Amino acid sequence: MEAKRNVLRHVGAIAAVGFAAASLLLPVGDALAQQGKVKIGLMLPYTGTFAALGTAITNGFKLAVEENGGKVGGREIEYFTVDDESDPAKAPDNANKLIKRDQVDVLVGTVHSGVALAMSKVARDNNTLLIIPNAGADDITGPLCAANVFRTSFSNSQMGIAMGKVMAEQKKKTAVTLTWKYAAGDESVGGFKESFEAGGGKVVKELSLPFPQVEFQSYLTEIAALKPDVVYVFFAGGGAVKFVKDYAAAGLNKTIPLVGAGFLTDGTLEAQGEAAQGLLTTLHYGDGLNNPKNNAFRAAYMKAFKSEPDVYAVQGYDAAQLLIVGMNAVKGDMGKRAELVAAMGAAKLDSPRGSLALNKGHNPIHDIYLRKVEGKENKVIGVAVKNLTDPPRGCKL
Amino acid sequence: MDIYSLLIQLLNGVQYGLLLFLVASGLTLIFGIMGIINLAHGSFYMVGAYMAFTLASLTGNLFVAIVVGIVLSVLLGIVLEWALFSHLYKRDHLEQVLLSYGLILVFEELRSLIVGNDVHGVAVPAIFNWSIPLTATLSYPVYRLFMSAVCLALAGLLYVLIHRTRLGMMIRAGASNREMVSSLGLNINLVYRLVFALGVALAAFAGMIAAPVSSVYPGMGTQVLIICFVVVVIGGIGSIWGALFAALLIGLADTFGKVLIPEAAGVTVYLLMAAILLWRPEGLFKRVG
Amino acid sequence: MNRKRIALGAALVALALFPLAGATFYTELVTKVMILAIFALSLDLLVGYTGLVSFGHAAFYGIGAYALGLLAPKYEAANLWLTLPAAVLAAGIAALAVGVFVVRVKGIYFIMVTLAFAQMFYFIFHDTKIGRGSDGISMNFKPVAAIGSVTPFDLGNATHVYYFVLVLLLAVFAFLRVILRSPFGRALMGIRSNEHRMRSLGYPVYWYKLASFAVAGALAGLAGYLSALQFGFVNPELLSWHQSGNVLLMLILGGIGSLYGAVVGAFAFVALAEIFQALTRYWQLLLGATIILLVIFLPGGLASVAARFRRTLTGEEDHE
Repeated sequence: MEAKRNVLRHVGAIAAVGFAAASLLLPVGDALAQQGKVKIGLMLPYTGTFAALGTAITNGFKLAVEENGGKVGGREIEYFTVDDESDPAKAPDNANKLIKRDQVDVLVGTVHSGVALAMSKVARDNNTLLIIPNAGADDITGPLCAANVFRTSFSNSQMGIAMGKVMAEQKKKTAVTLTWKYAAGDESVGGFKESFEAGGGKVVKELSLPFPQVEFQSYLTEIAALKPDVVYVFFAGGGAVKFVKDYAAAGLNKTIPLVGAGFLTDGTLEAQGEAAQGLLTTLHYGDGLNNPKNNAFRAAYMKAFKSEPDVYAVQGYDAAQLLIVGMNAVKGDMGKRAELVAAMGAAKLDSPRGSLALNKGHNPIHDIYLRKVEGKENKVIGVAVKNLTDPPRGCKL
Repeated sequence: MDIYSLLIQLLNGVQYGLLLFLVASGLTLIFGIMGIINLAHGSFYMVGAYMAFTLASLTGNLFVAIVVGIVLSVLLGIVLEWALFSHLYKRDHLEQVLLSYGLILVFEELRSLIVGNDVHGVAVPAIFNWSIPLTATLSYPVYRLFMSAVCLALAGLLYVLIHRTRLGMMIRAGASNREMVSSLGLNINLVYRLVFALGVALAAFAGMIAAPVSSVYPGMGTQVLIICFVVVVIGGIGSIWGALFAALLIGLADTFGKVLIPEAAGVTVYLLMAAILLWRPEGLFKRVG
Repeated sequence: MNRKRIALGAALVALALFPLAGATFYTELVTKVMILAIFALSLDLLVGYTGLVSFGHAAFYGIGAYALGLLAPKYEAANLWLTLPAAVLAAGIAALAVGVFVVRVKGIYFIMVTLAFAQMFYFIFHDTKIGRGSDGISMNFKPVAAIGSVTPFDLGNATHVYYFVLVLLLAVFAFLRVILRSPFGRALMGIRSNEHRMRSLGYPVYWYKLASFAVAGALAGLAGYLSALQFGFVNPELLSWHQSGNVLLMLILGGIGSLYGAVVGAFAFVALAEIFQALTRYWQLLLGATIILLVIFLPGGLASVAARFRRTLTGEEDHE
């Protein structure tokens, strides 16, 4: 033990010296911000329950760049990719690796709100440009807003607010909510409660389970016991598939209408099959949106990736479009940060979803559609709320 | 909560508890008989679930997958015991803990390597893919009833094995005094190997039948292991009856806790454990043999 | 003895000079390792010197971290000199409370109940409103080290944080050294080697074990606080049993029952993790395999390795 300890102690000392030497040899970073390639760091889930979303976002992003000649602001791109595994615990480390070790110019990500919260903190601390192509944590463009942080997706409460309004208009009186217990779920349900109760309804019970568990049996029994007029849920990815199927297996879909944020049925219809037919959801995108940009986008995406695009692909696409707008304004010179950010903030994008502008906190202002599942599509049957912006509470920009 | 919902939640709780018992029985058996603490027990559950998924995708039939899976898990148990765990009988608990912890990491990464980290659903076999309407609003999936029936049957078989067969007698004897049993000419090594394989198979089987209901996802092994530890701690290490009683207790506490006190759902089970430990530090039942 | 002193001196100098050489990324990395070393030292008191193998030590680490996360006001900086003692105290009290339950049992039961209680705390932070869920808590401002109007160092500066942690590491080390050389420490070691004998000699074994558990928990809380300070972010995974397993592993790598060993173990663990991570995405496979091989191929267990080397290097003291 003694000799082993000595050896290990020497190892420790050598390791320390080794670190020092390695860091001396570390490149200091690209001081020439104008020339050379733009380093884009993609921090997204490529494994786990949100893997499909990470891939769709990446595809959409790269498609927009390709359509722009493969460059942004006249400069070529170098991608750095990190799989964040939708794990908030590893988020600061992962973000630090991209920002401090790889020295990326732009950070793009992510799906999971908890991970994005950590990412936005690291980006704010290091003043790195961050574009969020999905995670909807309200706070990121609220109290935690910053000049260098942008979002091209949505904020969690927007979908809930829209659906709550629609349900209240449909004269539903009581509701039960169910979701995973994390920022995205809590805020979505919170938005629903706010507008539903403002419209005269009452949320009789708020249920939740830890992310990403999918054992719903006791909750379904409780819902059946409470017999509300409507059930609002927030689930996405694999969890959404299971919930919709379990809801149908429990026979609840025949007596208690199920509604949710659009993620419940986006990208999941194939797996959900019969169980999802007729479900109403709210989202800022849907099938059958007949505008020229959307038609062109869908055709191009199908051609490039041999599959139908979904809302996540649209958000990734818009993230790249936003960056391109900014980079064009400063002609690729990222050193001109103030002009870059101003141009991005004022951008009016022609998005496949319709028109997209950003509010003070750099969060999207867009139409929220009401959709119904028909066959394998989320058919847009109306506009739930037009030009919904969520008030940037506490944003000091 | 009206009487029907109460009864249905009771059913939910019992069903969950029986599944937990299946996994926990393997853990407590291995400890009670062989004195080995095996943290990787949850990984066997996960391995079972993933085997069900891959084999069912290949053969298109869950039952075939389960049969093949059981054979494979018995083999796995035998190999693991021979290669790794047999070295641990005379070692102290810290080393057992560390070795099995290392094993968990290995299993998790192998799964990641071979099957990936995605969440998968396993289809409920067609015969059971329907629901019995229990109330005007709620139907109960028949597959869950099937699961409970299977778990009960296995619990019965386990009892018969341990208390009514020669093998069971040897197992119980080996638990009390390994050296004496060896000197009587019984092959204690074989007995231990079989017991270990049995434990592994129980956990894996539980994973296989639970797969359609719980989905197949990376964290499932860890989750079930921790709860099993609580079951074994409450029930008393080495006691099968204790494991059954504690598993049902926990199944009910968890199910009712989720809907009655949603804010404290995950913690209910531990508060229960703390309360019981205050009263009986070594669990409710003394160990078998 | 001389060779040991020289090696230690060199290591200390290397640690002291390190930030001047490297980029921020590496300074922060070594800071992270030193914080883990404090964590490992705290567990060593319990496992190495009192003989209580806890598989739930990460709970107190996490409580210390969450103390800062919960105490930190949303729109201004917390005060270091107020929050640090609060965190250590919170962790110590939690350890005392848990200790009351767990110290009554031994061996395998002890391992299992410590794991179970750690999971309880994990779920408290993960599921209930206390901890704000699986996303964790983000602190908008780093704590300030202000005493009145004087701020001796800036916790927003990576180098300042490095030296602050280094000083604390040395302080914890010295503190443990003193405790272990005292009658209290000798009693703990007596309990580790033969509890029955200590009891028959009239020692109130239960209280000694409880005290050890509480102190170990408090020190783990200190490490947790520093970790929260460094990243500005706390998350329930800090209390996960992976964390508890990793810190046990650090002790094994460095040598149980040796204070230097705990520190070396922390460095060795992170070095191993970094090396494995550079080799493959599936690095935990290598780590797991290494652990398994370590346990199996040291014949007779790690304790006999100690005995074997002690025989060949007579005259060397086994424990510092």
